[in-house]
Amino acid sequence: MNQTTTEPGSTRTLRFHVLRHDPRDAASVPRTETFELEEAAGMTLFIALGEIRERLDPSLAFDFVCRAGICGSCGMVINGRPGLACRTLTRDLPTDITLAPLPAFELIADLSVDTGKWMRGMSERLETWIHEVSPDVDLGRIEAPMDPDLADRIYELDRCIECGCCVAACGTARMRKDFVGAVGLNKIARFALDPRDPRKDEDYYELVGNDEGVFGCMTLLGCHDVCPKNLPLQTQIAFLRRRMARTGVG
Amino acid sequence: MKVVYTDVLVIGGGLAGLRVAIGARRRGHDVTVLSLVPPKRSHSAAAQGGMQASLGNVAKGQGDNEDVHFEDTVKGSDWGADQRVVRMFVDTAPKAVRELAAWGVPWSRVREGDRTVIINGQPVTLTERAEAHGLVAQRDFGGTKKWRTCYVSDGTGHAMLFAVGDQAIAHGVPVHERKEALALIHDGSRCYGAVVRDLVTGELVAYAARATCIATGGAGRVYRVTTNAVICEGIGSALALETGVATLGNMEAVQFHPTGIFPAGILVTEGCRGDGGLLRDANGHRFMPDYEPEKKELASRDVVSRRMEEHIRKGHGAKSRFGEHLWLDITLLGRKHIEHNLREVKEICQSFLGIDPAEQWIAVRPAQHYTMGGVRTDHTGQSTTLRGLFAAGEAACWDMHGFNRLGGNSVAETVVAGMLVGEFIADFCESPAGDLDIPTVLLREALRVERDRLDSLLQGGGTESADALKASMQQLMTDRVGIFRTGADLEAAVSGLQELLLRSRNIGLRHRKDGPNPELVTAYRTQKMLKVALCIASGALARTESRGAHFREDYPRRDDAGWLRRTLATWRDPADTLPTLAYEPLDVMTMELPPGWRGYGARDYVDHPDTARRAAEVQALRERAAQGDRHSVQAALMPYEHLLPAAFRGRNERIDERQA
Ligand SMILES: Cc1cc2nc3c(=O)[nH]c(=O)nc-3n(C[C@H](O)[C@H](O)[C@H](O)COP(=O)(O)OP(=O)(O)OC[C@H]3O[C@@H](n4cnc5c(N)ncnc54)[C@H](O)[C@@H]3O)c2cc1C
Repeated sequence: MNQTTTEPGSTRTLRFHVLRHDPRDAASVPRTETFELEEAAGMTLFIALGEIRERLDPSLAFDFVCRAGICGSCGMVINGRPGLACRTLTRDLPTDITLAPLPAFELIADLSVDTGKWMRGMSERLETWIHEVSPDVDLGRIEAPMDPDLADRIYELDRCIECGCCVAACGTARMRKDFVGAVGLNKIARFALDPRDPRKDEDYYELVGNDEGVFGCMTLLGCHDVCPKNLPLQTQIAFLRRRMARTGVG
Repeated sequence: MKVVYTDVLVIGGGLAGLRVAIGARRRGHDVTVLSLVPPKRSHSAAAQGGMQASLGNVAKGQGDNEDVHFEDTVKGSDWGADQRVVRMFVDTAPKAVRELAAWGVPWSRVREGDRTVIINGQPVTLTERAEAHGLVAQRDFGGTKKWRTCYVSDGTGHAMLFAVGDQAIAHGVPVHERKEALALIHDGSRCYGAVVRDLVTGELVAYAARATCIATGGAGRVYRVTTNAVICEGIGSALALETGVATLGNMEAVQFHPTGIFPAGILVTEGCRGDGGLLRDANGHRFMPDYEPEKKELASRDVVSRRMEEHIRKGHGAKSRFGEHLWLDITLLGRKHIEHNLREVKEICQSFLGIDPAEQWIAVRPAQHYTMGGVRTDHTGQSTTLRGLFAAGEAACWDMHGFNRLGGNSVAETVVAGMLVGEFIADFCESPAGDLDIPTVLLREALRVERDRLDSLLQGGGTESADALKASMQQLMTDRVGIFRTGADLEAAVSGLQELLLRSRNIGLRHRKDGPNPELVTAYRTQKMLKVALCIASGALARTESRGAHFREDYPRRDDAGWLRRTLATWRDPADTLPTLAYEPLDVMTMELPPGWRGYGARDYVDHPDTARRAAEVQALRERAAQGDRHSVQAALMPYEHLLPAAFRGRNERIDERQA
């Protein structure tokens, strides 16, 4: 088997147009700054932004942690579309690349936004944890069995990395500050599926049976298109909506 | 002067830190967690393959128990581990998996009946028992006798971290995000908390606490090629080191993972080989059986990584323009298996290599992966030299991994340590030793020192570039303190690092603002990282033997007579350019498993003078206790149960070991 690691290098000069602002600095005004870099083989936005910071502007703010598409730190708007910067290859982009911070979240500086605070607030509101943790579960005993397919289906929804791309792509979230977003609705769907959580549809209705919840969704489905983990957001939201509508009527 | 008071300050919001926090919180203490990033973004999320715990649910795990897990872990450690801590760990690991199951982790489950798996390159049919249906499943990992690694597809760390993170929220544990501990506050014998910098505003705040726990994860980023996240910079170790009092244990024990994708170093999990994947060379030849006929691809990581590099040196590497590498072949597992059980691997291959691993081989080469060393503590997680300072997780050395950790034992360690150390910290807070009687002058002084340090970076007019120094350090470490080590290389590394350290005292910044200033962060972290790197390199230079992941080409034998001891590093004076090394002997006469051959790797080692005597003693004790069950035999050899917190004592039930 004969394989190459990456394709031959290109010699493109890339132009990065980066939206910059430091909201804590009274003198700062939001503006676009342009940086030029020679493209390298296998270059991702993680590598490119690192190089810009190292060589061109040490003050440029952005967030990376795992740089492997796992932790969800580096969501940003890349040529108009929310996505994870670390696993975006420059070879898939035109020479002009526009980068902006995710909207809907508090801006920290430049490309860095406070998704952590938003997600914690959402988790507290929706109580995104298994409720019946009876403190007397005997840890010495064999665990309760679970249907293997059900475990897989829960994991499917559990794969959300809270990157915030779905919130940034959501029409409702931009208009309603308190909208829980696809991320929140997916979590409710996840816990509703999990027999270890004793909450009933009525309990979930209390949490998301309103316009900040599932009825706020305008089914534009920007969330579904941008989710870097390809979560089945469209079906989950539709399903939850039907279930909550039934609960509300019942 | 801004001061935050809390009972327990946990520095680090990964699996270890969060589980410590929940434990102390449940005991009624006020807990505050600090994290550089939102806690669910901690590097624990990146663990793919799984968590070891001897549940013995799957057919290939039958007969597994604490004893087998203990033996695998001690052999994996090349006898460097503290065997009592290993016992505490293997006993608690099943409880940890079961706790996480109750907290909602969607563990992959056993399906009764026949299934086909790949073992040693061949399809094999396994029959899972009906009684096991729906219980937590296990997969195979390197260096283990039984299939013991519990997993959630290949997103184990993610699922664990989210469950534990959500429990922390449920318990009302506050996490102060984007806050970085810069220094510990202490008086030379007791730790009182930390000076903390807000990474958004730049503000410095003193956090005063009865107990402080370092749970900051690994130090992989002192190397250029690493699987670790960009925030794994060993700052927690540096915090302890800079007290001048706390010690770091075995920093030279650094693990290199066989399968970092080449050249980016991003990890593909050991689960690939555990599930039947093979390593191949430039000619497509499967070479591991030539070197390790017994364990083949599934010898321990230190051994596989060395064999890979050896094979490349012999000229069998595949060439690319970034250098040489080998291939990981998982095509034989089939698309269905890959898309179901190795989906992160598939995503990573697609995003970073542009290949489909169900069709093509993955370019891999060993990369720095895990820091076995860390803040030296006793079995309760408390520093042996600085009271009130605790450590847990990858940042700690309580020492269950010795010189090589087994895959799957680390995320297991994080939650187990969290459970145990959380209780011990609560005990500490409830004892007179935990009383907080802190002189405010100490707080004020600690804040001033840090303020001055930052100001001198911002305003001092230094001329060195932090980025350049950091890059040189990383290159030196990867080139000279890697898988194969020699005295000459290590000497060059130590002197090179010393020079970088001196130069780091003259760092200047281009960007002088104190708010969200990434250049400032790189500057002060580089100064700290260099000290950690020096502990690794000088520890490695001094250790003239090979043990586990520490391999000296000029001293290729494990030398129990001379080196069955743990390295302890301190940084006595801020003006020093080298750590002070001391050694702590391991007592063969109290070992349950006296040193011997690991069952893979080199058979050639120098015995400790006590080994034969202890081996005979163990043999006699075993014979005497032979009437009893395995627990009484174990208790005769090395009692440990009394060391566990009361809340976590007790037997673990299994299908084959039912409880009444
Ligand atoms: C790619 C990869 C895959 C892995 N896969 C597996 C696996 O399958 N099985 C296994 O057992 N192990 C695996 N490991 C190892 C395991 O994931 C880690 O050892 C473990 O998760 C570390 O957890 P931790 O809680 O100690 O630290 P981390 O999860 O790294 O958390 C550290 C925390 O400390 C915080 N922090 C750091 N410095 C400071 C500071 N100065 N001030 C404030 N906060 C600070 C960070 O913000 C973070 O919250 C893997 C590791 C890697 C790199």
